[in-house]
Amino acid sequence: MLGKLSLSAIPFDVPILVGTFLGVAVIGLAVLGAVTYFGKWGYLWREWLTTVDHKRLAVMYIILAIVMLFRGFADAIMMRTQLALAYAGNPGYLPPHHYDQIFSAHGTIMIFFMAMAFMTGLLNLVVPLQIGARDVAFPFLNSLSFYMTLVGALLINISLFIGEFAQCGWLVYPPLSEMQFSPGVGVDYYIWAVQISGVGTLLTGVNFFTTIVKMRAPGMGWMQMPVFTWTAFCTTVLIMASFPVLTVTLALLSLDRYLGMHFFTNDAGGNVMLYLSMIWTWGHPEVYILVIPAFGVFSEVTSTFSRKPLFGYNTMVYATCSIMVLSFVVWVHHFFTMGAGANVNTFFGIMTMVIAVPTGVKIFNWLFTMYKGRVEFTAPMYWTIGFMITFSIGGMTGVMMAMPAADWILHNSLFLIAHFHNVIIGGVYFGYIAGMGFWFPKAFGFKLNEAWGKRAFWCWFVGFYLAFVPLYVLGLEGMTRRMNHYDNPDWRPWLLIAEAGAVVIALGIVCQLTQLYVSIRDRNLPENLDLTGDPWGGRTLEWSISSPPPAYNFAVIPDIHGLDTFHTEKQLGRRAHNKPLEPIHMPKNTAAGALIGAFSFILGFGAIWYIWWMAGLGLIGIVVTMILRSANRDVDYYVPVSEIEHNEEVYSRRIAAAQAAE
Amino acid sequence: MAQAHTTHDGSHGSYQSYIIGFVLAVVLTVASFAAVMTHALAPGMALAALGVLAVVQIVVHLVFFLHLNTSNEQSWNLMCFIFAAASVVIIVGGTLFIMHDTAINMMSR
Repeated sequence: MLGKLSLSAIPFDVPILVGTFLGVAVIGLAVLGAVTYFGKWGYLWREWLTTVDHKRLAVMYIILAIVMLFRGFADAIMMRTQLALAYAGNPGYLPPHHYDQIFSAHGTIMIFFMAMAFMTGLLNLVVPLQIGARDVAFPFLNSLSFYMTLVGALLINISLFIGEFAQCGWLVYPPLSEMQFSPGVGVDYYIWAVQISGVGTLLTGVNFFTTIVKMRAPGMGWMQMPVFTWTAFCTTVLIMASFPVLTVTLALLSLDRYLGMHFFTNDAGGNVMLYLSMIWTWGHPEVYILVIPAFGVFSEVTSTFSRKPLFGYNTMVYATCSIMVLSFVVWVHHFFTMGAGANVNTFFGIMTMVIAVPTGVKIFNWLFTMYKGRVEFTAPMYWTIGFMITFSIGGMTGVMMAMPAADWILHNSLFLIAHFHNVIIGGVYFGYIAGMGFWFPKAFGFKLNEAWGKRAFWCWFVGFYLAFVPLYVLGLEGMTRRMNHYDNPDWRPWLLIAEAGAVVIALGIVCQLTQLYVSIRDRNLPENLDLTGDPWGGRTLEWSISSPPPAYNFAVIPDIHGLDTFHTEKQLGRRAHNKPLEPIHMPKNTAAGALIGAFSFILGFGAIWYIWWMAGLGLIGIVVTMILRSANRDVDYYVPVSEIEHNEEVYSRRIAAAQAAE
Repeated sequence: MAQAHTTHDGSHGSYQSYIIGFVLAVVLTVASFAAVMTHALAPGMALAALGVLAVVQIVVHLVFFLHLNTSNEQSWNLMCFIFAAASVVIIVGGTLFIMHDTAINMMSR
């Protein structure tokens, strides 16, 4: 009746997990209690949970990403603490079984549920506004994508308290992840969480690709698109090309595990090495899926705060596209040591080095944008400059490892760990935080606190170097990754420094939370309010409308005649549009996304624990909801002109108030 | 939202084109069966012949039944198809290149 599930699956004997569970339960109950106390359930359901508005989905994505950042960071600091303790006679406080789950969960959560969710959130918030669209091409799919991501995140976090998580790393390499060596439910949690959220990501890719291709404002040709939209476009192409590979690879692994097949087993004709090749065929484009939108953020931030057009817009676009293509032909550099011959390794090694060229072009473009600009050092600009330094170092160590001969020594050492944290924290994370600071006023109508933002930056920046430069040294000294215990006295001081770095990063996260708290507390102070919708003197269309924008974004779809049209018009004196207002056709909110998400959760949980009636129920629920949704014709409505006129009037009064205050 | 509603005026083919496509598809299918069942070709050759015939079959279906061509209204479909084909070539071709080389290098075959 309950498959593999029994009371013994709940880890009562692990005090850390019991404590975590109590903490999560208390916070969860407090949140639920607060919503009930303030009577906000109806509001939450109608305005947020069933929404198809890309701006609200963006906010929910980014909240999810921040919560997952806490979880992933908690894992990280636990690993660093274990290695600070577990020297010589001291076994540390985490037994190997637990430690292995932590490093697997850290990687999986940070990539799939922190970075991917954050990236999708930024795309959702910015892309439709930058191209002058009123929503994405498929608003319902957008809501569905969010729930798929959320369900994946829920499943992976439930593994903390019911059962266990995978112990074979964030990409669950077979044969270790096969039934023979991982008979528990850990790998199944991984497979279902990643598969379900992968569906969501693929739908997001299709959705935003279509949005960018089909829904640009009239006059906005390809080379008039803002750079962030270009990077979003390249990312969606990569998503569409690579995520099906991930789905297939994990499907084959689950056939091995569930039906006793032999795709990646040691025996009966299975080929373990094929899994490595397939998973990295997805995995390498994946890291570019994450970092390319961050490049877009840096481009927008640099040109806005340098008060100059972006240096070399064309080369920026071409560089982004080259990176997009090249990222698809480098995947062997993740397994140079697997045993391929010199031909394969040389080809992929050279392709990897070639990627450094367009990336270098971008770095110089940003530098030249700042050169002789009137640079305003806001918090997003701090993150951007921190990125340029950190990412360049990470890129150089990457080119070192692109040499197969050098990689033979560095492979799977802490040098590698230091390298990819160097590019992912220094590139992806810094970029997303810069983007969050930059577009926060657009989403909420008030700015984030600058002082706390800068404190957070300094903690992250210094903490990053303290935590990861020692790992470069340790890698050269021969320390491999995923170690639970060591007895080499030379390593110990470096691991203690790295632990200190993790603590400084923790302070950075505390500063970010304080920044959110202080900003919300002081949101009505005149210097924080964004009345004009254009708090930074922006260049692109999203700054031409009120903050937060109305549900339909643009009362009148703007006409575009060149790059940065909005900025040009401001220079010429903002023109009032004289097109007549018309009723606006908009999609209605729907609970279908949330329902399909709930049924996917039931399907996933049932399949993980071999509770087949439950999995069947989930599957039937998904199909029936989908059919009912498809048969529903009542999916849209028209915003009446009177409402648009009212909103426009309020907005012009706010602009007038802001001008009077100046 | 209004600009998302495009009318669908894609080409739907003519009676003649469907007939040509159908005949070609049947001929290719019969040829595939014949290549195997008559034992006229050596097994390796038969496999190669099947591969070629399958690819031609795909092209026939795309052109005659899915109306993929270079006309204006089909340009996005064509581009998507080229994109998909390129991805498949990179993924399948790359994987074969890697796995073949590895197998030789590791003497696993």
